Amino acid sequence: MINIEQRTDSSAKMVILAPILALTLTAISTMIIFLWASLDVMNAFYVFYIEPLTGKYNLSELLVKAAPLMMIALGLSIGFRAGVWNIGAEGQYIIGAISGGAVGLYYYNVEATWLIPLMAFAAVLGGMGYAGIAAFLRTRFQVNEILVTLMLTYVAILFLSAMVFGPLRNPDGFNFPESRIFHDSATLPIIWQGTRAHIGFIIALLFAGVTWFITKKHMFGMQIKISGSAPRAARFAGFNENKTIWYTLLISGGLAGLAGLFEAAGPVGQLVPHLPVGYGFTAIIVAFLARLHPIGIVFTSLLIALTYMGGENAQITLQLPSSITSVFQGMLLFYFLACNVLIEHKVAFSFNWSK
Amino acid sequence: MKYQLELQNICKSYGSLKANEDITLGIKPASIHALLGENGAGKSTLVKIIYGSLQSNSGTMKWCDQDYKPNSPFEAREKGLAMVFQHFSLFESLTVAENIILGLDGVGLDSDYIEQITKYSKQYGLNVNAQQVVGDLSVGARQRVEIIRCLMQEPKLLIMDEPTSVLTPQEVSDLFITLRKLAENGCTILYISHKLEEVRQICHQATILRGGKLIQNCNPQEHSKRELAEMMIGKKLINLARSNIKIGEDVFSINNLSKKSEEMFGVDLHDICLTVKEGSIVGIAGVAGNGQDELMHLLIGEKKSPEGVLIFKGKDIGKLNSHQRRQLSMFFTPEERLGHGAVADMKLDENMLLSRPQKSEMTNYGVINWQQVEMLTQRVITDFDVQTQSSKMLAQSLSGGNLQKFMVGRELIQNPDLLIVAQPTWGVDAGSENHIHQSLITLAEQGSAILIISQDLDEVLTLCEQVHVITAGKLSPAVDMQDNGLEKLSQLMVGGKSND
Repeated sequence: MINIEQRTDSSAKMVILAPILALTLTAISTMIIFLWASLDVMNAFYVFYIEPLTGKYNLSELLVKAAPLMMIALGLSIGFRAGVWNIGAEGQYIIGAISGGAVGLYYYNVEATWLIPLMAFAAVLGGMGYAGIAAFLRTRFQVNEILVTLMLTYVAILFLSAMVFGPLRNPDGFNFPESRIFHDSATLPIIWQGTRAHIGFIIALLFAGVTWFITKKHMFGMQIKISGSAPRAARFAGFNENKTIWYTLLISGGLAGLAGLFEAAGPVGQLVPHLPVGYGFTAIIVAFLARLHPIGIVFTSLLIALTYMGGENAQITLQLPSSITSVFQGMLLFYFLACNVLIEHKVAFSFNWSK
Repeated sequence: MKYQLELQNICKSYGSLKANEDITLGIKPASIHALLGENGAGKSTLVKIIYGSLQSNSGTMKWCDQDYKPNSPFEAREKGLAMVFQHFSLFESLTVAENIILGLDGVGLDSDYIEQITKYSKQYGLNVNAQQVVGDLSVGARQRVEIIRCLMQEPKLLIMDEPTSVLTPQEVSDLFITLRKLAENGCTILYISHKLEEVRQICHQATILRGGKLIQNCNPQEHSKRELAEMMIGKKLINLARSNIKIGEDVFSINNLSKKSEEMFGVDLHDICLTVKEGSIVGIAGVAGNGQDELMHLLIGEKKSPEGVLIFKGKDIGKLNSHQRRQLSMFFTPEERLGHGAVADMKLDENMLLSRPQKSEMTNYGVINWQQVEMLTQRVITDFDVQTQSSKMLAQSLSGGNLQKFMVGRELIQNPDLLIVAQPTWGVDAGSENHIHQSLITLAEQGSAILIISQDLDEVLTLCEQVHVITAGKLSPAVDMQDNGLEKLSQLMVGGKSND
């Protein structure tokens, strides 16, 4: 008989071991998939896992992809701790990109250092405002924020199309559905010459530090933690439930909006309909893989960025379908959640031959 | 048959912790046998082994001189054991009869047991109406439903876990009549409690456990309450006495507080008036579910009160939240420990931060000073003798009594001008109860005002000069304890909610 028993105390060893175990299991499973697809396993493994870590281009692209994931996941992690489930970061990301991008396009002929900060400010406001709809509906009418944020994502996607087909379309763009290309003043500074790695990565790291400070050293961190695990205790402590909902949604929305702008004003360089590539959803995985820990998110966002790179490589070199990335991310989350059980539980083997 | 149930060298350990060590005892047929012990003494573990929900590591049991080794409560029930748990498992929206039928093994809901229920109800003085919905019943009546449910299985041994912790004095004496009748009719009763006076009244034999070991088997009637308590905790008790009572000015008053409940099964509060003065301890007695929870919410500030109703030191505090009230030196210990007064999955030092007045210097502009938090946590742990490995233990890993000491201590170290505490010693063992009571008395002697909401009449009588009784959301006028207070109180408590 195999039993799963509750541990009396959570295992510190397993907190470290669980992600490693999950990674190993994912690696083994992908190898089985490679075998099944009758590929050269060692070569496929190299293409998927090792190649993205070699060379200037690959490494810099890793930073490009990790930056938005990190920023969104940091914001989401704050809300998740409080039990406020913002599932629609993708939508806030898009609205952030549109509102920040619109500012950049409005000043398309202005060369100034204040332009990027202004665009960032507009993006944060845009993301906050969009998440604020969910906060308003939740606090005022008890509407579930999961549904509102998720459904508003689809609204945002269509709104982006409407914008780039309409008001924000490039007047000299031969009717292609895309905005003007952002001019230099409206484009993020590059931190690694000759690559697309931009300052967004540094800013995301700063946010990781700030988030860490808030969760460990500030009463606001305690407030969201207490609100998340015991709402009545939060009231006993004097915290206002509605404020917690507002704050957490505004923070996660603002960060998602900023990430959206950084993507538009960074690697993409303009507003296009295919700007949203699912970072807002993938960031949920990033946050949970890190167990909502801000420093953990720095690493898991790099890890998930690696799966994007590996997936792209596998498409090009191995002719695997593009869904390989999702398969990989799905497996990683699945194994991780399964291994996480071991932190609070242990597996007990008992043999009872009489039965 | 000398013993109904015989235990030999029962041992059970969880890792390095020995919950039961070499327990040997015999329970005579048709006797009422007490199992006495503090929290964590190993009572629950032992009972779970007897009832089959746990298996011992070593040792043997005999049931009617036959080997007995139950692997599940189901097997135990088949042998003729039954148990009434401290926390009832009844469906509030179903009737008494439906609840009883649901608890029987292998019976469908369509069966008609009303006759049998009435029979037991009459035979043992267990007054319930089979057709009534459980949600409308008092706690005492619910317990009677649980007992009838057990009796339907015609048990030879009935285990009762802390049965009186929620009952009024009248209900307790009714319960004792029932238990005596059961024993006369040949049913053995294993009575788990830490209330010594009751054990002395009703039990023929008592087994005292401490730290997982059997300390003594004795006839409880031959020992004083104090002797039993000291055997139980293994040290001498402090004499509780309120000397030096100096009543000062009004600190806190409630003026005509009325509030409709927002909950489904909540109680509306009507015209509540009360005053607490410097240096005095005022009690609110009454059976659970008569509006205490609703009142406590308003007192803590989890819900706002109308204007001019809650006055603290001349200031209207009705609109302030709990944190703002604490700045004025009002502190609270709610009844419910996990999830209300403490967060289960947070460490003790983090739980300290639930109550953080400015003067405690635990936070500065929201930035937490963990050193200060740690210092204060350690003070609570040492001053209130909280049994824990460190301040980094999760609240849920502490036993109920220890967490209670932590929660009362957390508020007491702030030297409150007013402390409002609900059920200060609920589920706490005799030693800790003594300690908490002593601390409250000391606080009052220093000139603080204290309001205690408690179902435990003994507690209210020991501590308070003035007692109100709450029934169905109405508060009686204050009864002075000096002149024949107990009798007046009993009358008030019985005269209240009577839907039994």
